[in-house]
Amino acid sequence: MVEQSIGKSVLRKEDLRFITGNGRYTGDIDLRGQTHGYFVRSPYAHAVVGEVDTSEARSMPGVVAILTGKQVAEDELGGLPCGWMIHSKDGSEMKQPLHPVMAATKVNYVGEPVALVVADSFDEAKNAAEHVSVDYEELPAVVSTAAAQSGPDIYAEAPGNTCYQWELGEKAATDAAIEGAAHVTRYSLTNNRLIPNALEPRAAIADFNRGTEELTLYTTSQNPHLARLILTAFVQIAPEHKLRIIAPDVGGGFGSKIFVYSEETALAWASMKLGVAIKWTAERSESFLADAHGRDHVSDAELAMDEEGNFLALRVKTTANMGAYLSTFASAVPTYLYGTLLAGQYKTPNIYVEVDSVFTNTAPVDAYRGAGRPEATFLVERIVDLAAKELGVDPAELRRKNMIQPADFPYQTPVALEYDIGDYEVSLNKALEMADYAGFANRKADSEANGKLRGIGLSCYIEACGLAPSALAGALGAGVGLWESGEVRVNPTGSVTVLTGTHSHGQGHETTFAQLVASRFGISVDDVEVVHGDTGKMDFGLGTYGSRSLSVGGSALSVAADKVVEKGRKIAAHLLEGDVDNIDFEDGEFRLKESNRSKTFQEIAFAAYVPHDYPIEELEPGLAEKAFYDPVNFTYPAGTHICEVEIDPETGVTEITKFTAVDDFGTIINPMIVEGQVHGGVAQGIGQAMLEQCVYDESGQLQTGSFMDYCMPRADDLPNFTVGMTTTVCTHNPVGAKGCGEAGAIGSPPAIINAITDAVGVRDISMPATPEKVWRAIQEQRA
Amino acid sequence: MYDFNYHKPDSIDEAVQLFLGAEDGIYLAGGHTLLPSMKQRLAAPTDLIDLAGIDSLSGIEDVGADLEIGALTAHDEVATSSVVQSGIPALAELASLIGDAQVRNRGTIGGSVSNSDPAADYPAGVLGLGAEIVTNKRTIAADDFFTAMFETALEEGELLTKIKFPKPESAAYVKFPNPASRYATVGVFIALTGSGVRVAITGAAPSVFRSTDMEKALNSEFSVEALEGITLDAGEMNSDLHATAEYRAHLCTVMAKRAVLKLL
Repeated sequence: MVEQSIGKSVLRKEDLRFITGNGRYTGDIDLRGQTHGYFVRSPYAHAVVGEVDTSEARSMPGVVAILTGKQVAEDELGGLPCGWMIHSKDGSEMKQPLHPVMAATKVNYVGEPVALVVADSFDEAKNAAEHVSVDYEELPAVVSTAAAQSGPDIYAEAPGNTCYQWELGEKAATDAAIEGAAHVTRYSLTNNRLIPNALEPRAAIADFNRGTEELTLYTTSQNPHLARLILTAFVQIAPEHKLRIIAPDVGGGFGSKIFVYSEETALAWASMKLGVAIKWTAERSESFLADAHGRDHVSDAELAMDEEGNFLALRVKTTANMGAYLSTFASAVPTYLYGTLLAGQYKTPNIYVEVDSVFTNTAPVDAYRGAGRPEATFLVERIVDLAAKELGVDPAELRRKNMIQPADFPYQTPVALEYDIGDYEVSLNKALEMADYAGFANRKADSEANGKLRGIGLSCYIEACGLAPSALAGALGAGVGLWESGEVRVNPTGSVTVLTGTHSHGQGHETTFAQLVASRFGISVDDVEVVHGDTGKMDFGLGTYGSRSLSVGGSALSVAADKVVEKGRKIAAHLLEGDVDNIDFEDGEFRLKESNRSKTFQEIAFAAYVPHDYPIEELEPGLAEKAFYDPVNFTYPAGTHICEVEIDPETGVTEITKFTAVDDFGTIINPMIVEGQVHGGVAQGIGQAMLEQCVYDESGQLQTGSFMDYCMPRADDLPNFTVGMTTTVCTHNPVGAKGCGEAGAIGSPPAIINAITDAVGVRDISMPATPEKVWRAIQEQRA
Repeated sequence: MYDFNYHKPDSIDEAVQLFLGAEDGIYLAGGHTLLPSMKQRLAAPTDLIDLAGIDSLSGIEDVGADLEIGALTAHDEVATSSVVQSGIPALAELASLIGDAQVRNRGTIGGSVSNSDPAADYPAGVLGLGAEIVTNKRTIAADDFFTAMFETALEEGELLTKIKFPKPESAAYVKFPNPASRYATVGVFIALTGSGVRVAITGAAPSVFRSTDMEKALNSEFSVEALEGITLDAGEMNSDLHATAEYRAHLCTVMAKRAVLKLL
């Protein structure tokens, strides 16, 4: 009998190849006769594009062709679409200016592609690109999120640079509750703009075969099928059945590789036009300029309470920066992934949120680890903390008092979601205990004796994962369904090949999914191979984002595995000469009840493929099943993060002395992988809270365009993490899982800022809380 | 990176001749500033003269009153050298704080000092210790060497061959790193020498400089308190995304106090 592996920290199957340098990333792939692409990019944030003179560049060594935005327009390629329609409160559709594959008439952010140089080598392409001469007529740039609506207008069709003005919740009831409240806490905040910086930059090879008329695009994608759908149906590059997208090993995404970008699309188009394979790998500088950025909100919030501190209403007004164009899912991030989360873990009866999304002359902004939910959580968990300080009550107790209780589930929030299950107080209590919250006063006294400041901060977060019930998503404006596909192919010898429509780019699916399927069949994890990332191999799938892979993709596999077992029972019934209702499957064996007769999983697999003694009239041979799983609800991971800091008041340098994360992710397949996801997420949260800031100057030039100026968190910036779990099993998917990929980045930033402001004794310090900002806050507090 | 001619001479003379014969030549030591600049096409020399083949440029020697460190000596060699650790421990510590392990294994003292990056660590040690910069032509006092941002007294083609560090009575270096680049936002090197206290500050201003105010105060009384009330002129300081001039001026005093504290 093979040991059941669910809940065990099985070492990651994929790590051998990664650690030994045997991974196969897009950059590792070279095709015979391939050429290389290099993009000519706009040096201006906003300019009219005049003549593009390629004559000199075309005559340079190795140049195959130079294609421009004007040719894109002549070929009538469609624009890059945004897949989620948002309606403004007046019912009008969001403004969606053309997002061209390459700019033909006007550029709208620094780094926007205007031409593609194709040459025999990368260096030749880059050399020639420097000799493409573009006439630009510079226009005034709109950069600031807060000031975007006061113009000048970037697009005639979007007056006031406004994409949409969205609302959610009951305005009148919320206004009335705030009007009559005993206490109202007010908070204005900026959620800082971030640059994702996956370790592997974006890369692609487009390979058009003139004989088969098939285009293969190798690319760094989190969702190859979605990329194929967009390239086919919207950009109209090639028919869907003639377009194969392969996303091989991918070195991190964090959201930034969900989207269909100009570069990969231009490469596909150019390969078909020229009949050659073209490879492009972004240089790091290009990643900074042209990967979709994250966050970038400014908000005003008001939280109303009664005399006892019971939350009565929350009113929020947010301006969200979309950048120059609507990226693939940009419109959904500050709306249905943000406004819907403003209830947090609390029974706030009235919530109303307005979101104005604006265009600016900056890189497009889209989903980045957490996508809307970190912004919502930061707002809620900061204003709750401020309320506790204003009321003079313990922040943990104010939270506890307002929490949704286990008996309240399913709980309908005032902002559209129905939470299925949770036990928030259990997570809070466990986190308080693990963080030794009770002992904080003593530690603070010790710090003060050493001339240091000490603070502690909490964050009780919730998120919505497992995107998503297709009908609900469709009703809210999604352009696609959000189910997932899975196929379980049992091989004749009883090993199993699993195909999933999700994509692993660091998450460890090859291990987690293998554990899931191996456990169902009672076979070894080593006997299960997980295949993903190739539209030529597996059924259509929706990919990996929104912490959906296990809860949706894993559920599809679970259903498919059940179908395999069902068929196996029928085969076993025939072989064991019993009734199918009397066949049990357990620990890898099909057993006939009340007998000592049984067949192993492997024997049944063999019988299915060598059907000599087989119920062939009733049952097809073979043992492979697939499932398309559409979730009935979102999943709701939740938990409590507690951060404790010590600050050097002379410099403002903040050290995180302890970070405690207690999360409820539902059923856990591999605790080691889950803990790793928490570590990575919290590291990114610490990055946002203390280190990272994307800065454009007034003319729209990116000031933080390299790691010299953009501060990514490094190991020595981080504390040891104290991680704990509590579990309430998701009620509506067969795995019971909720998702864990984003929680760390969602829960941690407010805990950190709550801790720092607690230490300094000020209301607010904006993110990132750099040493200088903290030092200045200390000076002001002491003045 | 643009194409360039690559040379690997095995003597100082040959290196200098290659430089003088090149249209736009440049010496390559550890390459930690030069090569990234070339990759970004911000630098485009016609000829790269790799000094790695010149054995006489490497090595650390204790010559009694001085430590002599060859131009091509890597930061890690300085950081881990028992000769430096016993002769001028503050210099070994400074080297250990440069960049990261990869940088310290390739970057060289001669490259760093010749480059005169306003945020580099070594210039603080060189100026703070009152070192002498030896070139293929002459010896230059540290006080005369660093002339401006990325500029030194080195003439066209002149090659820094070694640096002579007089051993101080004691010395200390305290650094406030830029969180992103790990260069010095402010680095203060304080040395007690036979001729008094020297205070050299890097990172804060366009070029490394000595604070005469701090030196005067510390020469009259070597204590943390002596630095109370000394605030450098923010008008002379760098200001960027990471630190305003005012904050840098403040950090100069804080880092200087901490350096003094290490020496008490």
